[in-house]
Amino acid sequence: MSGKPRLTYCNGRGRMEPVRWLLAAAGVEFEENFLETREQYEKLIKDGVLMFQQVPLVEIDGMKMVQTRAILSYIAGKYNLYGKDLKERALIDMYVEGITDLMQMILMFPFSPPEAKEKNIDSIKERATNRYFPVFEKVLKQHGQDFLVGNKFSWADVQLIEAILAVEEKIPAVLSGFPQLQAFKIRMSNMPTIKKFLQPGSPRKPPPDECYVETVLKIFKK
Amino acid sequence: MAGKPKLHYTRGRGKMESIRWLLAAAGVEFEEEFIETKEDLEKLRNDGSLLFQQVPMVEIDGMKMVQTRAILSYIAAKYNLYGKDLKERAWIDMYVEGTTDLMGMIMYLPFQPADTREKNLALMIERATTRYFPVYEKALKDHGHDYLVGNKLSWADIHLLEAILMAEECKPDILSAFPLLQAFKGRTSNIPTIKKFLQPGSQRKPPIDENFVAIVRKIFNI
Repeated sequence: MSGKPRLTYCNGRGRMEPVRWLLAAAGVEFEENFLETREQYEKLIKDGVLMFQQVPLVEIDGMKMVQTRAILSYIAGKYNLYGKDLKERALIDMYVEGITDLMQMILMFPFSPPEAKEKNIDSIKERATNRYFPVFEKVLKQHGQDFLVGNKFSWADVQLIEAILAVEEKIPAVLSGFPQLQAFKIRMSNMPTIKKFLQPGSPRKPPPDECYVETVLKIFKK
Repeated sequence: MAGKPKLHYTRGRGKMESIRWLLAAAGVEFEEEFIETKEDLEKLRNDGSLLFQQVPMVEIDGMKMVQTRAILSYIAAKYNLYGKDLKERAWIDMYVEGTTDLMGMIMYLPFQPADTREKNLALMIERATTRYFPVYEKALKDHGHDYLVGNKLSWADIHLLEAILMAEECKPDILSAFPLLQAFKGRTSNIPTIKKFLQPGSQRKPPIDENFVAIVRKIFNI
């Protein structure tokens, strides 16, 4: 029992990727247990380790944690990435929830039918450039600090850099109207723990491809 | 301006209802400003009051908070309904995410066409009785306490009661296989602040009807 957190999920981004990002950004090493077959998944359920029969599952500090938000909140709290008081936590929560809504569109994208894909890219672009990115551009401009909340690195910054990179994979010029976010992206990418995570060989997973979609459907589809 | 929290939403349950429950259970009086028309929503958006152009929005402690989970987390922490430490918070978060998923299945039923609705209602009942309720029944059985976490009333208990009552509105005998949840329901409903909220004349909203579905569609363009 190494004491490192142990992540159980498919060998792909999905709902576990924000957890990998946050642990990595906090400088926490972790192990991964990849789900490859339906039988593995059914065994986990039978063994009673998945509270609501779902993954992500993160074994950490003696708990078998499920539910992505619960897991992320715990990690953020434990590694001091959750602000200094209740009000800073409230801001971090609001920002993270907004970014999560944007990331949800990207998460579902590989599973949409081919004929809907172009429309979905347009929706992602519209929401990113009209609803979400302007908020964070404004926040950074108004306080002129390096980080979103409390002049200190937090979960919100990690979530935002992850989202920026994910959207850029689909829409390369998406930050063209957002100079603050461009600078933010460079700053975050150069933070030692994040820089390491962005290098080849890290636990960061590649963008989902057809093979990943097939695996997920095989394991989870009823 | 200390003032009471002010809730901005439509005159129905939707995503705001869990917030009404939590404030009421905490014994906190609140005001409500109802969005009755598309124009009301546009005005809020144009005033810059909605961080991501969405409601719920709650004015509280000088903040205009958005994103349901962020709002609920803030209220829970402020009124000591979030456990005594990080681990209790983790358990509360996991339980709340489960009841959120369950209530999410119920919330959108009235907006679906009849055939989809019937199928999803059956799925919800199956999930409630095989995935969600067994977890809370077992939690109560394992520790034998009155409350889910830390032998003390928390956000998790209030959210679970709300979910139970919503599920019972769909299927009155849905708790028939869960004796501990039945007892939990009885006990928690009798907590003075909650008992008050469950009485006629409180700010609790009724289940949605067809007319209101049409109003909501118009306001949000869905």
